[in-house]
Amino acid sequence: MSERSERIIVTASTYRAVTDWATDLDHADPAYNRNAPAIWREIVDSGCPVAHSDRYGGMWTPLTHELVSQVAYDTENFTSRAVVVSRTNAEDFIEAPVGGAPPITSDPPFHHHARRLLLPAFAPKVIEPWEEEVRELCRARLDEALASAAETGEGLIDAATQYAQHIPANVIGRMLGLPPEDDELFRGFVHDALEAIDIETSERGANFERLEAYLDVQIVEHLENPRDDLISYLLNVQLFDQPLSPRHVRGSIALLLIAGIDTTWSAIGSSLWHLATHPEDRRRLVAEPDLIPVAIEEFLRAFAPVTMARLVAKDHDFHGCPMEVDDWVLLPFPAANRDPAVFDRADEVVIDRLENRHAAFGLGIHRCLGSNLARLELCVAVEEFLGRIPDFELADPTGDGVVWSVGQIRGPRALPFRIQP
Amino acid sequence: MRVVLDAEKCQGHNRCYALAPELFDVDDFGQAVVIGDGTVTPDREDKAHLAVANCPEYAISIEAQA
Repeated sequence: MSERSERIIVTASTYRAVTDWATDLDHADPAYNRNAPAIWREIVDSGCPVAHSDRYGGMWTPLTHELVSQVAYDTENFTSRAVVVSRTNAEDFIEAPVGGAPPITSDPPFHHHARRLLLPAFAPKVIEPWEEEVRELCRARLDEALASAAETGEGLIDAATQYAQHIPANVIGRMLGLPPEDDELFRGFVHDALEAIDIETSERGANFERLEAYLDVQIVEHLENPRDDLISYLLNVQLFDQPLSPRHVRGSIALLLIAGIDTTWSAIGSSLWHLATHPEDRRRLVAEPDLIPVAIEEFLRAFAPVTMARLVAKDHDFHGCPMEVDDWVLLPFPAANRDPAVFDRADEVVIDRLENRHAAFGLGIHRCLGSNLARLELCVAVEEFLGRIPDFELADPTGDGVVWSVGQIRGPRALPFRIQP
Repeated sequence: MRVVLDAEKCQGHNRCYALAPELFDVDDFGQAVVIGDGTVTPDREDKAHLAVANCPEYAISIEAQA
């Protein structure tokens, strides 16, 4: 394994380990994602629906569906100028309403226009035709994983590193028009952007410069050889009768590359993790594949991979919390999805739950642009996996072999399974 | 009954289109649109309720028709 792959799994925190989640919450502590549902429950049950931390310059974390929704819908008091909590000073982010990676970092009214440029490329009827390609990709990855399991003779595969992570990286790479052999690089960029969050600011800046240098090369290559892909589209499209600024183009490409990979990889991994640890659910989906899309929505609810973030835009009192300009606010849609005020049996995974108003793809104007693609990849990836490997369990039944991500995207980064032939 | 969509609230999650394609369509931007005047025939009432209950933005409601 290359040095970069190793780095994807290991992140050393510069902060101390958390001992009190309500007053010192840190989502980069490896214990957070491993135990997130229990941590949210513990904080909310203590009577405090908004956790706080002095880390990262000050960070609030509302944990109920009502409070998460309120922040998501309030674009006056909260700005999306920065959406990944880090130690970077708020004034170092590119200013609103455009931000560094439009439209996710954009605020109204600019946001609406930047988003409309990209919506058609991810609309349901444009995404549906990708199904066969996604399916072939899943099959090829399963062939490879099974061949290597057969070679070692131990019946072991890693469903995260040998399967889940390759699917979104490969698909978004193709949509953007990036070289397929760069998959490994993408996973490094994603790690740098989303997991390496509590490192020194200068080091984080250097990580982003590496991503930007890579994208600049790809942009030049597309300027020289335009073709039918999203990078060429962004280079040619007009906004307010002008081409997009080079910074806008690069920021949007960075967004599409980073946002689709870790998230979908996490959702596929968490779904398979649940099925490895709940044989009755696994057997039911093998017997009733038509139920898979319903089960996927429940996996999205219970294991929603994405926590967003905002910066406070105006000093204000939020339900008794004195929020100040440039404080961070974590937006844990995954915690909102387990709020018993909105969901029956909120902490149970009910794979035939038909009424499921979950917020895994966010709420309000920043609804995940790629949600249709993510759902397609997730359904096909689980279908193909179960069709090919109907019987599997954790290689280490204690769960110790499973490595969870750190940071705002939650999912298994190592997921060793023992499979039955 | 009739399904009613609040286009201001709809953010294009596309749950209604996936669950009740007889009642909802999506436009080129992935935003939901009600098919026809939204009238729900009795055999589609279950689907209408599912569309309401699965909209993350609470953008769909059901109206009784005179």
